[in-house]
Amino acid sequence: MTPPEAAILMPPPPRAIGSLPLAVKKYLAIFRASLLERMTYRADFLLGTILRFLPMVTTILLWRAIYAGSGQQSLAGFRYREMIAYLLLTNISRMFSSMPGLAGGVAREVREGTIKRYMIQPMDMIGYLLVYRIAHKITYIIMSFIPYALLFGVCHSFFDGFPDLATLGEYALALAIAFVVGFFFEASVGMVGFWFLEVTSLLYIVMTLNFFVSGHMLPLDLLPEPWSGLLKLLPFQYMAYFPAVVFLGKAKGAELAWGLAGGVLWSAFFIVLSRVLYRRGLRRYSAFGG
Amino acid sequence: MGMIEARNLRKTYRAVQKQTGLVGSLRGLFHREYREVKAVAGVSFTIEPGEMVAFLGPNGAGKTTTLKMLSGLIHPTSGDARVLDHVPWKREDSFRRQFSLVMGQKNQLWWDLPAADSFQLHREIYSIPRAEYDETLSELTDLLGVEKLTKQAVRELSLGERMKMELIAALLHRPRVLLLDEPTIGLDVVAQTKIQRCLKDYHARRGVTVLLTSHYMRDVEALCERVLVINHGALIYDGPLAGVIERFGETKLVKLRFEGPPPDDLESFGELVRREGPFADIKVERARVAMVLAAILERSVVADVSVEEPPLEEVISRVFEEAEAAHDAA
Repeated sequence: MTPPEAAILMPPPPRAIGSLPLAVKKYLAIFRASLLERMTYRADFLLGTILRFLPMVTTILLWRAIYAGSGQQSLAGFRYREMIAYLLLTNISRMFSSMPGLAGGVAREVREGTIKRYMIQPMDMIGYLLVYRIAHKITYIIMSFIPYALLFGVCHSFFDGFPDLATLGEYALALAIAFVVGFFFEASVGMVGFWFLEVTSLLYIVMTLNFFVSGHMLPLDLLPEPWSGLLKLLPFQYMAYFPAVVFLGKAKGAELAWGLAGGVLWSAFFIVLSRVLYRRGLRRYSAFGG
Repeated sequence: MGMIEARNLRKTYRAVQKQTGLVGSLRGLFHREYREVKAVAGVSFTIEPGEMVAFLGPNGAGKTTTLKMLSGLIHPTSGDARVLDHVPWKREDSFRRQFSLVMGQKNQLWWDLPAADSFQLHREIYSIPRAEYDETLSELTDLLGVEKLTKQAVRELSLGERMKMELIAALLHRPRVLLLDEPTIGLDVVAQTKIQRCLKDYHARRGVTVLLTSHYMRDVEALCERVLVINHGALIYDGPLAGVIERFGETKLVKLRFEGPPPDDLESFGELVRREGPFADIKVERARVAMVLAAILERSVVADVSVEEPPLEEVISRVFEEAEAAHDAA
C-alpha cells in the first residue's frame, strides 16, 4: 500500500550539529524549531513593530511642551534632547526585556494541562522556554532592524553622536542583563499560575506597574527622593532605565559597576526564584491537579 | 517482576464545591466547602512485559487518574507503583526516555509547524540515533499512511491525522511502555481501524507493553487479550477479554432457523429479539441454554441453530450500569 519511495518523502535531514554534547544539541534543536515557528508570523511582527512607534510621536510632542512650559533647560539632569533620546532608548531596552506571552503562557499550560509534556518528556520547561524566547528575540530583533534604523535615523538629532566602544560594550552587557532579568522575572510571575488558575488581572497589574517602575515612561531620576533611589535598587530598572542611561553615558565609574553588579545579582535571584517556584508548582500540580 | 505494577494505588482529590448564583459565589470567596473525591480507591495489578491490556470503565471511573499516576503526572495519595522498575512520579530522565503517554492532542506537536519538525525535535530531545529514527519514522508513517502529511502544519490537519501524528511522536523513541488514553476518541471508523492496525503491528514487531483506555469495544477486541475493568475507583475485573463476557454476560443469543414458521410460545424461553420468516433469535440465560435447546428441538423441526455470545459492548455497558446501581444503593 505504500510505495518504496516513502523514505524519499521523509523530511530532509536537518543540518548536522556535529558532536556537541547531547543536552546542547537538544536545546539547539528547540532553538531551530522555534526560529521556524516564529517565521510563520512575520507579517504580524512587522505590523506590530511599526505600530509601536506611533505613540512615540505623541510622547515627543508632550515632552516638548513640558520643557517649554517649565522654562528650564534641564529636568533632573536631562536636557530636552537627552529626554527624547532616553525614551527612544527605552524601546530598545524593552526589545530585550519584554517577554510578551511568557507569564500568561506558563499559566495557560498549567490550566490547560499541556504542561504535561514537560513532565513526560526528558526536557526542562524553563530551559525550553528560554531557548524558545532567545530564538523569538533574535527573529524579532533582526526583523525590526530596518524599522528601528529608520526611526533612529529620523531622530538622530536627539543624540550626541555615537557612544565610544567601551560604552557600547557596557551597553551590550546591560542589554543582556535586561533580557535575563526580564525573562526570569516573567517566568517567576507565570509560575503563580500553579496556585491561581486565572492570572490575567495579576499580569495586567504587574505589567502596568512595570511600565512605570522600570523607567519606560520617564527616567527614574525625575522622581523625588526617596522614590528614585528606591526604584534604582529594585530589579525593574534593568528592564528599561539602566541600559538607556548606560548608552547615554550617564552611568559611569563606580555607579556603572554597582549597577552591573546589581543586575547580575537580580538575574541570579530570579533564576533561582523561577526554579524554586517551578519545583513547588509541579509538586502542587502533582498532588492536586492533572 | 512486571513491567507495570500498581500496588493499592489511591488518589483522593479535594474538590471545591462551587455554590451557584451570585450570593453563593460571594459566599465562596470567604468560606469554601470541600468535598473529598475518591478518584482511585486502591487499585492493584501487574502487567507483564509485552502485554497489551485494556483499561475499561465508564467516565469518571478512575482510568485517566490511574494512567496519570503511572506516567508520573500526579502523586498517589497512598499506595505504590513501579513502571519499568522506576517510581513514575520521581520523573527520572532514565524513566522518561523509555515510556510514552498519549493523552489528548496538542501535547507533543508544535501546532504551527509541520509534524516533521516536531519529530526532528523529538529526535534531539530523546537523543535517538539517526538510523534508528529514520527507520522508525518510515515504518510508522507507512503503517498509518501519512507519508504525505508530515510536511503540513499540524493545525491544518484533521483530528484523525493529528492523532496519527501524536502516535508517531509517541513511538519515535521506541518506548518500552506505552500508555494510551482514548487513542481513537472522536475518530471515524477508517481512522480508528488504521490506528488499531498500527498499534497491533507495532506491538507485534517491537513487543512494547501497552495499557490503553478506550470507549470503543472495537479497539479493545482488536487489540487486547486482557482487560481491567474499573468502576468508582475500584478494580472489578482483571482477566482475559473472553472472561468478561463469561463472567458478566448473563445471556447467550440462540439463533434458530425452523422448517416452517417458528412456534408462537418462544417468549417463554427468553427475550425474543427477532422473528422473521423461519428465523427467530432468543436471548437465553446462560445456564438454561441447553435445556431450552432441548425443549425446542423436541417440539419443532429446526433446520439450523447457533449459540452466540452477546456483543462485548452490550455486556460492558451492563456491567457499568449494574456497578452504578450497586454504588448508588450503597
